[in-house]
Amino acid sequence: MTKTSETRIPLSDISVSRRPSASIAVVGSPNSGKSTLFNRLTGLRQRIGNYPGVTVEKHIGTLKSDNKTIELVDLPGTHGLSAHSFEEQIAIDVIFGRMEGSQPPDGILAVVDATNLYQGLYLVQQLLDLERPIVVALTMSDAAETSGVVIDIDALAERLSGITICQVVATTGQGINELRNALVDLTDLPAPQPTTAWPQLTNAAQELADAATVPLSIAEIERLIVDGATGANQNVLDCLGPNAVERVERYREELFGFDPPLAREARVRYQWVRDVLQEVQQKAPPFYSWRTRLGAFLNRPIPGTIGLFLVMAIVFQAVFAWATPIMDLIDSGTAVLGSAVAAQFGDGAFASLISDGVIAGVGSVIIFLPQILILFVFIILLEDSGYLARAAYLMDRAMRSVGLSGQSIIPMISSFACAVPGIMATRVIPNRRDRIATILAAPFMTCSARLPVYALLIAAFVPAQDVGFLNLQGLVLFGLYIFGIIGGILTALLIRKTALRGPKPPFALMLPEFRRPNLQTVLIQLYGRAKIFLYRAGTVIFAVAVVVWALAYYPRATDIDPMLTENQAAAAQLEQSWLGRAGKFVEPAFEPLGWDWRVSSAVIAGFPAREVVVAVLGTVYAVGDQADEASLTERLRAATWPDGRPVFTLPMVLGLLVFYACCLQCAATLAVIRRETNTWRWPVFAWVYMTTIGYVGALLVFQLL
Amino acid sequence: METNGKSLASLKRGQKGIIASVDATDPQVLRLMTLGLVEGTEVELAGSALGGDPMEFRLFGCGISLRQEQARSFTVSSLESGD
Repeated sequence: MTKTSETRIPLSDISVSRRPSASIAVVGSPNSGKSTLFNRLTGLRQRIGNYPGVTVEKHIGTLKSDNKTIELVDLPGTHGLSAHSFEEQIAIDVIFGRMEGSQPPDGILAVVDATNLYQGLYLVQQLLDLERPIVVALTMSDAAETSGVVIDIDALAERLSGITICQVVATTGQGINELRNALVDLTDLPAPQPTTAWPQLTNAAQELADAATVPLSIAEIERLIVDGATGANQNVLDCLGPNAVERVERYREELFGFDPPLAREARVRYQWVRDVLQEVQQKAPPFYSWRTRLGAFLNRPIPGTIGLFLVMAIVFQAVFAWATPIMDLIDSGTAVLGSAVAAQFGDGAFASLISDGVIAGVGSVIIFLPQILILFVFIILLEDSGYLARAAYLMDRAMRSVGLSGQSIIPMISSFACAVPGIMATRVIPNRRDRIATILAAPFMTCSARLPVYALLIAAFVPAQDVGFLNLQGLVLFGLYIFGIIGGILTALLIRKTALRGPKPPFALMLPEFRRPNLQTVLIQLYGRAKIFLYRAGTVIFAVAVVVWALAYYPRATDIDPMLTENQAAAAQLEQSWLGRAGKFVEPAFEPLGWDWRVSSAVIAGFPAREVVVAVLGTVYAVGDQADEASLTERLRAATWPDGRPVFTLPMVLGLLVFYACCLQCAATLAVIRRETNTWRWPVFAWVYMTTIGYVGALLVFQLL
Repeated sequence: METNGKSLASLKRGQKGIIASVDATDPQVLRLMTLGLVEGTEVELAGSALGGDPMEFRLFGCGISLRQEQARSFTVSSLESGD
């Protein structure tokens, strides 16, 4: 190959791999519509990376113009530049370029909710002192307009050192193109002047900056003066030259007197915000949209509480009722596919691998995709509409009685979908003790991976009779959810009374207006979830299914009595396979729970990821059965002990359900607990604790019923 | 509290007041101040959870919820007499 062939690569292809010419951080308070705007700006051109050192998700998207590629980094929400939670700390560290291995952003996109300029301008004020180019996106300007808020954009821009302000409606795309253009040009602009909100503080910071040994932004020094030389501010102090401690202390005395510095800062800055608002924003006449009416109605204690329970009931109902038709379709699909493969390839090992291993194993997990997606749709909708914050507020009193605060509710509700994002959502909890107690409670919540196990066992063994206007199967399932919630709450209580004793957790929460969830945001999140689930089904579960199949298929028996029927022969083969031998070995440990060796080996195979147990049962019972068109449910019902007693009796099934409700069979959850608590102590504790409770619980249920 | 204004916790639903003083000794109150609950700001009690705690206030059109315990650190001068 010669050089000429290389030069023929179209220019557009080269630009794909070109490094971004600038990076812009997207900063805003929680619920400012930041993520919706980020999704609108970057669409599917985004990826999730990690900051080195800390395992914090980094959402990066790209913006392209003719000659530039701008990287947009979406930060966790923060109200200001003083951190009150781990999540805010991350945002602030990125803004100041303190994240290991990453540069400070070249520019800032400040996202401000037009209906909440009051708090938004507090943040913008602090961001202006970063001395970095900045553009403000005023989101939800349509909502502001309908509520009668009229903002004089030119006057506002003038008060904000002349920076660009773009009014956008992220849900409809209005103003997005203007914002995109402003972002592309942003890093060519000079940095704005710091605001005149608090000249004494700005001047003090400027004087210290002039004497510093390295270039520092006014904002960094302001944080040192206000927050004191804690954590990262220590490094700033070290750069200020001789007698820095004394000089900073003198300014602190001058500026704050006997006031707590943060209180003083809040008073001065919000005074400025009120002055600005008086000038640029017409006073809103009272208005009553459906959002305010709904909000006002749900503000009443009793309708609010009833509403919360109603919402939860609808979610669970939907997960079970709506998914059934699609699940039946997948179920018969896998059965037909399995027998078609068997018919095509005959009796050999390969045919068995495909139909008993891959199709039966992976198929029995894929079938739960509809339920899981419906569950995620609801969780995403609740979060996006602002309802989760209201749930936190309504539940605060109840949570306080177990030593947590209402803020722990959001991670717990998320954990109904998956404990991993649930545990990550604990980052908004300010206090470390409360955070760890919530992390330990979260894995008790019935996650979507428990659902396949519950659904399979309940459908097969709990009679479908009506109890009043309810269905017994649904009731058992609801009971398991309640059981998980109680388990989590008792765990939190236990932990808060023993290892993590401490003062009552604080509670202060912004309650956003209800808003119509954005379809694009919902779909992007749902797509991500479905991808993760299918990826697991395609990798981990596929691999486990194949391994389990091989263990169940080999070694081939040579001395099977030719007088046995086909079914008996298959069962005898399974019993002397590797899986059969291993299962027999552990059987004594699980026999008191009423589990035979097949169930025991399935449970053990499920420790890395609990939904695997369904795949393993699917494979184990497929290998031992010649009737390929029989569903897994029927096969489980037919399973017997050597003496002919059925294995799956009601007490045994209920015990197994209790075991699954407690046991922490999820490597991903253990890993995320390790990451978020920064020690192995908590994941090890959680695993031992939950497994013990699961075993003892199953034992009691089986022996006492 | 020995101040002559009344406590924020004593507002009734729909009643408005202007924050007159803040006792900033509680660190949780400091947090609320950085969220905008400072002297001179108009607030309205929008509702409360079961048992009247926590309470939800509106300030400049946005909702913020806090517990009675913290609300007692704020005094308000009343704008409307309420019911």
